[in-house]
Amino acid sequence: MDQQTVLHAEHVALGARMVPFGGWDMPLHYGSQIDEHHAVRRAAGVFDVSHMRAVDLTGAGARAYLRRLLANDVAKLKAPGKALYSCMLDPQGGVIDDLIVYHLRDDWFRVVVNAATTAKDLAWMQGEMAGFAVTLQPRTDLAMLAIQGPAARGIVQPLLPEALREAAAALRPFSAAEGAGWFVARTGYTGEEGVEVMLPNAAADGFWRALLAAGVRPCGLGARDTLRLEAGMNLYGQDMDETVSPLESGLAWTVAFDPPERDFLGRAALEGQRMRGGLRRFVGLVLLDRGVLRPHQKVFAGDREMGEITSGGFAPTLDRSIALARVHPHLGDRCAVEIRGKRLVAAVVEPPFVRNGQVLVRV
Amino acid sequence: MSTVPTDLKYVQSHEWVRDEGDGTVTVGITDHAQKLLGDLVFVELPEVGAEVQAETECAVVESVKAASDVYSPVTGEVVAVNTDLVDAPETINEDPYESGWLFKVRLNEVEELEGLLDADGYIQLCAAENE
Repeated sequence: MDQQTVLHAEHVALGARMVPFGGWDMPLHYGSQIDEHHAVRRAAGVFDVSHMRAVDLTGAGARAYLRRLLANDVAKLKAPGKALYSCMLDPQGGVIDDLIVYHLRDDWFRVVVNAATTAKDLAWMQGEMAGFAVTLQPRTDLAMLAIQGPAARGIVQPLLPEALREAAAALRPFSAAEGAGWFVARTGYTGEEGVEVMLPNAAADGFWRALLAAGVRPCGLGARDTLRLEAGMNLYGQDMDETVSPLESGLAWTVAFDPPERDFLGRAALEGQRMRGGLRRFVGLVLLDRGVLRPHQKVFAGDREMGEITSGGFAPTLDRSIALARVHPHLGDRCAVEIRGKRLVAAVVEPPFVRNGQVLVRV
Repeated sequence: MSTVPTDLKYVQSHEWVRDEGDGTVTVGITDHAQKLLGDLVFVELPEVGAEVQAETECAVVESVKAASDVYSPVTGEVVAVNTDLVDAPETINEDPYESGWLFKVRLNEVEELEGLLDADGYIQLCAAENE
């Protein structure tokens, strides 16, 4: 039996098509996934992301612990409120999960992990705690909503608890504020402006309804996937997992090799990969022919197989199909993708494809 | 609730068939099918003149979610395809039984239609699938 978020009944009442996702029964869309996608690019949409798990790490050793646990370096988080995206690696350099870590106080960090990997992540995190003065607390008492789009911040502002409004208005990109048991961060997974709000489960219904009443469109996981794909953002389990390196997943920018003395988990393995070289590239593809790129389709240059699509689909903002692919380092600026036995032409581009409503790739 | 017109025939792979009365039929996917698929973004149609076999895939519809084969409900020769869908696959979502038709087939044997489901049979099939 799949788990249900605190907003499950709201989704069903809205006529959402519910699907299993990472052990949860979640809304795929509420009618039209494409309309939901456009609502986020043009105005505002809200996603129930309560299936993702916030985990609080507290204690004098929290920072030292995270500097060991994560491939990115939380020492970059100097002022409270700043956020950092990172991979959590195993000693072989495989990606256990990707996550966001928020710095709330010097002895309080909050990480948000993926739904499908929560149990695995918690076990791994607990297993690495020995020797650190840190306590781990999964926040199952919190619901999580992502309100995204150019109009999102303005709409959310007056609906927040009084104590948090001013701080929320002043938030810089990739920063968060906490107060009255709520948490608001200027982060997201769509390539648009917006916030992610964590709030007590008991307050979720009221906040959700207030957002809808203010004209925010409910959006499902379908639109979330096409928005993040256009934004060139990786999806765990599809674009990377334990069998691949972040250095071959477009995530080298999230691995902090400096300072050299920081001994994070997976460091030695990644240094070995860097030294050996020949790493595969992680690129964007734009299909020039008609069709739809999908995960696991093969990429070719002439007769030579050059790699594979990891995420692909129809991009509503471009009205074309796009993909992320892991390919041979020598792939040029055109390739062929095999779809049902036919080779179709695609342009090789640098993601992201779309940011803040603007198409960034030219083909 | 999905619409199931009573003047059409159906098959369990969720295609509908309209008897045009001249030895040809028009084929599309049902309202139920388009709802399950979600927003359609690409259609691959058979070639005019191609021979299609009952219960054999002959077209592909792709939604934002996934690619799905379309099975020919009947055996015969394709005499027309709905080329308007190439630029506007969403027509299938909007109007699955009229302007969202996929292709027309000249039947090898007109009697073949007798073996297909009527609207009631198809409604029962969908109800059973939902359980």
